[in-house]
Amino acid sequence: MDLDLTAAQCAFRDEARAWLGRHVPTTPLPSLETAGGFAAHRAWERTLGAGRWSAVSWPERYGGRGVGIVAWLLFEEEYHAAGAPGRVAQNGVNLLAPTLLERGTDAQRARILPPMARGEVIWAQAWSEPEAGSDLAALRSTATRTDGGWLLDGQKTWSSRAAFADRAFGLFRSDRGARPHHGLTYLMFPLDAPGVTVRPIGRLDGKPAFAELFLDGVFVPDEDVIGAPGDGWRVAMSTAGNERGLTLRSPGRFTAAAHRLAALWRERGTPEDTALRDRVADAVIGAEAYRLFTHAAAARLAAGEPIGAESSLNKVFWSELDLALHETALDLLGPYGALADDADEAPAHGRWAEGYVFALAGPLYAGTNEIQRDIIAERLLGLPKGRR
Amino acid sequence: MRFLLDREQREFARTLDTMLGAADTPAAVRAWAAGDPGPGRALWGKLAAAGVFALAVPERDGGLGPHPVELAAVFVELGRHAVPGPLVETVAAATLLAALDAPAGGPGRAVSRPGGDAAGLLPRIAAGHSLVSLCLLTPAQPYALDADAADAVLVVEGDALRRAESAGPVQRSADPARRLARPGPGPVLARGPRVRAAADRAADVAALATAAQALGLGRALLDATVGYVRDRRQFGVPVGSFQAVKHRLADTLLGLEFAEPLVYAAALALARGAADDRSVPAAKVAAGEAAYAAARTALQLHGALGYTEEPDLSLWIRKARALRDAWGTPAAHRARVLTP
Repeated sequence: MDLDLTAAQCAFRDEARAWLGRHVPTTPLPSLETAGGFAAHRAWERTLGAGRWSAVSWPERYGGRGVGIVAWLLFEEEYHAAGAPGRVAQNGVNLLAPTLLERGTDAQRARILPPMARGEVIWAQAWSEPEAGSDLAALRSTATRTDGGWLLDGQKTWSSRAAFADRAFGLFRSDRGARPHHGLTYLMFPLDAPGVTVRPIGRLDGKPAFAELFLDGVFVPDEDVIGAPGDGWRVAMSTAGNERGLTLRSPGRFTAAAHRLAALWRERGTPEDTALRDRVADAVIGAEAYRLFTHAAAARLAAGEPIGAESSLNKVFWSELDLALHETALDLLGPYGALADDADEAPAHGRWAEGYVFALAGPLYAGTNEIQRDIIAERLLGLPKGRR
Repeated sequence: MRFLLDREQREFARTLDTMLGAADTPAAVRAWAAGDPGPGRALWGKLAAAGVFALAVPERDGGLGPHPVELAAVFVELGRHAVPGPLVETVAAATLLAALDAPAGGPGRAVSRPGGDAAGLLPRIAAGHSLVSLCLLTPAQPYALDADAADAVLVVEGDALRRAESAGPVQRSADPARRLARPGPGPVLARGPRVRAAADRAADVAALATAAQALGLGRALLDATVGYVRDRRQFGVPVGSFQAVKHRLADTLLGLEFAEPLVYAAALALARGAADDRSVPAAKVAAGEAAYAAARTALQLHGALGYTEEPDLSLWIRKARALRDAWGTPAAHRARVLTP
């Protein structure tokens, strides 16, 4: 058992640190959930792509560096420690790409991954529907067979990044007679295709972080179906335990935020306020726990052990940690913690305020924490299924 | 990097788990609490034969150590089975004596090296012949654990190490199997800055071992509670099918799962000899709180049964709070985590 890095991993980390030191904008970009901020983040994705740092774990032929999971974790730590911008490409890089790498065709990978790595095509996810949130299998939007492809009809909602993104991916019901988890097909489509209407939705602070999508006979060619028609649920879930998937949400974001929080405590905290001190300490401990838990998970993956329902432990932990980190920071900031991220006098260029609003969504997206706790109890602890 | 116990380490832990599972530790805990250390000492001998205490003693003194990672893995099992006695104190005492006895040379060695029978304690600890209580005496910590049952009681006060020749009357504690008493006077064995440095090192090993013990205790509490709610039926269904019950157990597992890597990272830090590391206090806070939360969950979900002394579960429930506070309260360790 060890936590030591190889010489190659150290060299990789140093190279990443040096590049980030030269390229990370000195002033944080405006929120990526605004038109101007989205454009600035898109430009940053191109810079990252040009340096071949946008998807380091992918094979080189698709624009990655083919590095292992430990190196990826090191890159993420460096990325966030450098204060680099949030990833507007995250839906594509972390959700769609692992699915393509596992279930896509060579032609799909060659066509879709390089422009994603270069930051030229930004992806939105289109999972939820008005009647299908936590109960994703209840979705109703349809894909109907037509000559050479499929026609999409229905409505998607709370579609992250869709207000400004280029393309989207999601599940559609292609066989109305099948049981809920069957008869679904995984499709990709352009957001400017004929028949697509995008209506931005303001998140809690009013920024259009997501959108409703109205689909009216949107044509999707067969080449944009991932996996077999009707097999969409399994395709979508196949990457849930993938090392590149959400399972291993990078700890770098949290370790960097915890580091800044500890600095904020030293700057603004008062030793007598032991209640606040304990919360700062718990956030620092939590971030370190998450980092180490991830390294242990990486070691288990390397040893050939699959990671399944364990990803629910990750999800609950990081989402609650993220919120606790930001709430504690806002409390430390006192009256300045009330300022919105784009206020002139917002501390740290609004980083804490923006991070807080972002963190508020953590416990409810990608499977609410209530759903995750059900999974933990039933699949990890073996408790009987029962009343929801 | 391979942040995972290797096969040999896991095998060792499994062997102990099996051995302790067959050893009727609840009977030993009850006897210990009643002032009869006999069954506990018999258990101690088995642990020593398996090599447990040798892990804390250097080779030149008849041990195999120090091996903090293996010690952590062992203490998880000791906690899982609620083994009684000054286990943590004995390995911490071994750390203290080994640090003072180190052939480092340099000024002050002559005055700080413990003499007489204290130096001879290390081989006896490794062999399982000596149960040692250790107390780093401060106003916040006036008691030595299990001084009445121990073969030696070591006390560090200021920069002096002494061997207490007596102890005050045993104070009944909230966990009756932890017998607390004020250590008395005795001959000074060593004095000087090296005593302080050795005591700091011993306190880190003690905090680590306590954290690991808490982790194992919490795992056992969770397992027992999961088993209970699967069987216990109310309203015609297992109570474990209710979401409120499930979510509480899920949170308990979360606490333990995320404390575990902190415990092993702290062990690795001690193995590297890292000084002033924050990993030990982080592990102690996380494991202590997770185990205490597990005890609260066990109590709540067993209902009145959990509030009853007779079932063995009570032995585990009562220990959780003691381990959370032993060798540094959560508040003290949280403050240390933030020390620049």
